[in-house]
Amino acid sequence: MSVSRRNFLKRAVKGGAAAAAAACTTVAGAPEPANALQREPKPLAPEAVGLLYDSTLCIGCKACMSACKESNHMPQEVGPDQPWNDTRQWDTPVELSAKTLNVIKVYTDGNATQKDHEKDGFAFLKRQCLHCTDPSCVSVCPVSAMTKDKTSGIVSHNPDACIGCRYCVLSCPFGVPKYDYNDAFGQIHKCQLCKHKLAENQLPGCADVCPTGATLFGKTPDLLAEAKRRTALKPGEYAHYPRGDINGHVGGARDGHEKRVEVAYQSHIYGERELGGTQCLSVSAVPFDKLNLPTNVPEYGYPTLSEGIQHTLYAGMVGPAAVLGGLVYFAHRNTKDQHDPD
Amino acid sequence: MTSLASHDTAPSAHHDHAPVGGRLITVPFLIALAFVAIAGFILVQRFAHGIGAVSNLSDGYPWGIWVAIDVVIGSAFGCAGYVMALLVYILNRGEYHAMVRPAVMASLFGYGLAGAAVLVDLGRYWNFYHMMMPSYAQPNSVMLEVGLCVATYTIVLILEFAPAFLERFGMHDARRKLSKILFFFIALGVLLPTMHQSSLGTMMVILGHKLSPLWQTQMLPVFFLTTAVLMGFAIVVWESVLSALGFRRPMETAELARLSGLMVYAGLAFVVLRFVDLAVRGQLGAMFGAHGTVMFWVETLLMIGGIAAILPVASRRRGKALFVSSSLFLAGGIVYRLNVYIVGLIPAVGPWTYFPSLSEILITVGIFSLEVVLYLVFVKKLPVMHAVSTKHG
Repeated sequence: MSVSRRNFLKRAVKGGAAAAAAACTTVAGAPEPANALQREPKPLAPEAVGLLYDSTLCIGCKACMSACKESNHMPQEVGPDQPWNDTRQWDTPVELSAKTLNVIKVYTDGNATQKDHEKDGFAFLKRQCLHCTDPSCVSVCPVSAMTKDKTSGIVSHNPDACIGCRYCVLSCPFGVPKYDYNDAFGQIHKCQLCKHKLAENQLPGCADVCPTGATLFGKTPDLLAEAKRRTALKPGEYAHYPRGDINGHVGGARDGHEKRVEVAYQSHIYGERELGGTQCLSVSAVPFDKLNLPTNVPEYGYPTLSEGIQHTLYAGMVGPAAVLGGLVYFAHRNTKDQHDPD
Repeated sequence: MTSLASHDTAPSAHHDHAPVGGRLITVPFLIALAFVAIAGFILVQRFAHGIGAVSNLSDGYPWGIWVAIDVVIGSAFGCAGYVMALLVYILNRGEYHAMVRPAVMASLFGYGLAGAAVLVDLGRYWNFYHMMMPSYAQPNSVMLEVGLCVATYTIVLILEFAPAFLERFGMHDARRKLSKILFFFIALGVLLPTMHQSSLGTMMVILGHKLSPLWQTQMLPVFFLTTAVLMGFAIVVWESVLSALGFRRPMETAELARLSGLMVYAGLAFVVLRFVDLAVRGQLGAMFGAHGTVMFWVETLLMIGGIAAILPVASRRRGKALFVSSSLFLAGGIVYRLNVYIVGLIPAVGPWTYFPSLSEILITVGIFSLEVVLYLVFVKKLPVMHAVSTKHG
């Protein structure tokens, strides 16, 4: 009896290994994006809004950074270069943090003399939440603290619901949500596109103060059309660049400006397709991998993979219920046999 | 060789288990207690000044050893009860019956302390109960599934272990009543770890390119389930050999030999699947240069070492070989899980580095020391271990 059981177990293990190898092939080896365990990508929110950042227009004045601090009541961040006893300390963040929701960074190469040149040049990059169409941070949050607005698509965070697990920090492909580790009651901080200002028909702080229109607010499809217009421009051409809200609705109409295109744009519009698309887009004359953005990424969001596995295994809890039924049957039969169920 | 053991015919089953007895206050006990006290002292700082005051956690590495070791690896140590319940009650392998109760106890500690460790790590621990409230539930979250499943399983483990308490305090009526419905909780106790141990792997799928191609695959749930089973077997074998030496009890040789056979199968399945998965994903080249290559080989060689140590059937009856093999498998499982949760991580927009701080390590040490303290108290004072005087020996 036990010999046949052992053979059964051996066969079960071998069969299981073979089945798993077959599963490997169908799951991981299927041609992208038609993966066996993948859910449908999410569509853009109906009234999706965002920012278009044009690196070639950015002059690195960082007005957006101080406006962001003011709009969101964020504390100053003293950079590592400032002595601790300097009483005239400046707000000098170098990266996003629990105190800084928006930061302008600079790429430099060689002697860094020519703006928007990859070689011997420099270029600016604005970092803030990109408000993904299919955000990982929302997918991972166990307590609905991170949410995506059904209409505007703005990804926002509710600290009163948050348990502080930092799964959003870990999962964000762009490294955006930040936690305050030096506070006994620390919380997650990230850009929420100044939704409190939008509610009063005011522009997000950064887009409001940008003097060149490098940070432009608008509906994502409008911003994408504008990005396509810009990337098609040739060096030497003159183009019109709007400021504030691309449609002039939010925060009132503003004058744009004419400017000569000095360096050819990259044809790549960052955020158009990356990881299922983002509501905030970027255009640049320097390749985006130089600007520290992940470029070798799929065109679907990672939640399509993890939720695909999860919702296949746990669809309606039918699978677990069936397995439990079988387990109960065997456990009941075998504990009766063995008289001593512990 | 019959599959059912002596207790099958024994008139009163609860005489099978007996407290080991002996002095409780020993040198190892006091050392473990000292580590618990040190961890307690550091915890005061953590709750007074924040996670950053005691740990090296950062936004690049928001999860460190408190998650990777205390929870992800600690709960794998807790899979002893899972595999033994699966063997004895589902596959009806009654010959392993003597090993169930110590295994369930080990699981109870593993999971209970993983839960305690979560509270240390959570940045907003006072909101912890939101995990249990339907109004906050976010069903797409793999972590929600893991959290609810682990919480339920801890309750199931308490019920599975309850007979030991009821026997100790002479509550035979309650013991009999519990016995009648225990089969349902035994079934749940097999289902739940299957769910959350695989989900611990699914948790990292969403990291996408932030996890090295050596480990990033949709097969992560399969690998985590395999290591859970493997480490479950390994901890039972390891603990049996060690407690046989430590408490000078006879070794359950025949059972251990068969059990270690299953352990080898689980180890083989893991190693073969890992290479198949790398090949299918076209990442065989990653073995020689992707992020974390060295640790990939450490993990793989430990697993292969575990297999090799007891590949000859005769070696499965030798305590030394069993100890070496189960130790290697445990180490392999630990390194695999550490690789997926920490080593293989490629943080966005660096540079970031992580190595746990001394305080961070001492908290983890304290939690595992608490496990040792509780183990010694339980084994010496409660009827956990199989009584030596029965035919089992």
